[in-house]
Amino acid sequence: MSDGGTSLQGVTRRFGDLVALEDLSFTARAGEVVAVVGASGCGKSTLLELICGLQRPDAGSVRSAPAVLMPQRDLLLPWMSALDNAALALRIGGRRPAAAREAARPLFERLGLGGFERARPAELSGGMRQRVAFARTLLSGKPVLCLDEPFGALDALTRADLQTWLAQALAAEPRTVVLVTHDVEEAAVLADRILVLTPRPGRVVADLPVPAARPRAATDDAVVALRRRALEALR
Amino acid sequence: MIRRVWPPLLVLAVLLGAWEVYVDSGGVDDLVLAAPSQIATALWDDRSLLLDNLWVTAQEVGLGIVLALALGLVLAVAIDWFDVLRRALYPLMVGSQAVPLIILAPLLVYWVGFGILPKLAIIALICFFPVVVTTFDGLRATDPELRKLMRTLGATRWQSFRLTELPAALPAALSGARIAVAIAVIGAVLAESAGSTSGLGHLMLQAIPNLETPRAYAAVVVLAAFAVLLFYALGLAERRLLGKRSS
Repeated sequence: MSDGGTSLQGVTRRFGDLVALEDLSFTARAGEVVAVVGASGCGKSTLLELICGLQRPDAGSVRSAPAVLMPQRDLLLPWMSALDNAALALRIGGRRPAAAREAARPLFERLGLGGFERARPAELSGGMRQRVAFARTLLSGKPVLCLDEPFGALDALTRADLQTWLAQALAAEPRTVVLVTHDVEEAAVLADRILVLTPRPGRVVADLPVPAARPRAATDDAVVALRRRALEALR
Repeated sequence: MIRRVWPPLLVLAVLLGAWEVYVDSGGVDDLVLAAPSQIATALWDDRSLLLDNLWVTAQEVGLGIVLALALGLVLAVAIDWFDVLRRALYPLMVGSQAVPLIILAPLLVYWVGFGILPKLAIIALICFFPVVVTTFDGLRATDPELRKLMRTLGATRWQSFRLTELPAALPAALSGARIAVAIAVIGAVLAESAGSTSGLGHLMLQAIPNLETPRAYAAVVVLAAFAVLLFYALGLAERRLLGKRSS
């Protein structure tokens, strides 16, 4: 798929006897934000690694524009400054450190990280670290972002802050996003569509469009109603 | 500064005092154990002799450590990258540490002569091992998730190594280097005792049958001071190298 989207057809992935994903199909159009929700162990992370080409399916096909993974843990390099961490993909792309920093700086500031350029990861709060990790993901320049529980390790207040922040960041920097989460509310606030997965083997049991316009709050009627439908589908 | 310096000085003063009293009171023949005062006199009287021989030993130790570090780092990276090499070489490396150097050192002298080469060989043989083990463990400890992240950011194997694994393993490698520095001095003396014409080890070996016991002990003092200096110099280099990370 060359238009910046992602498409899985009849994908099955096994680990020994364990069937992680079975006959899974879905498409994310370019610029669409698709949330994948499900209980832990339903193969959500496997799904993202398939899209990013880190794993191959045992059956079916994965066609995707270049995709980058943002893992659950921020995995910032402790010996690099926040700006250097954000610019990591540019270094990999062959730029010198100083040039990579300069190229990363505008986005770094747009994402509200200005003033923290020289901070080491250890000096940043959990929420700030996730922001830097997201900047690093965006700067890879790939059109598809695979976000694996990006706010899973944060406290509820920080998480709500970062959800708002991510919605704004995606409005400013539109990308195709596959967002894996176990938080139905997060999915309803951020996504255009919610896919509900069953655990072992992972299958799509519901594909719910999110009708409400952005920005949304967790307390909007449409979000609350959608959240109820998704939770019912999970049972 | 004064607070940090006085405890070791006090301990040293008490130890030296007790030692002096023990020797002076005839507790031991001073041809076996020289008194601190005799050693201090020898340190001063033989200062140019000691310095000349320290220079020889310092060259052996310095070059030997550089050789050991290079060898250790290359081997650690090689066995980290290629499993086949790890399986093939690791047992050999462990085995190399069981070679009795007291036997090997004189044989090396017959083989390559009295020059600096057999000394370097002995020092490198002892010192590469801690460097390999600590560096390899450091490289191995790299988070597998981090490798995955680097792959998805488009990094080649080499970039992943240079940007993440190598810096992550650096503190471990430096610890290995500090162990290496501390034992390199032993290696130098051992190698000199097997056959040499100069160096602090040679000087000690000459002094004892000549009944110049204080000179032998003075050589030990110089050698120990040199080892301490090296150890802390490396610690300083380590702080400068790693300090950039936290500042």
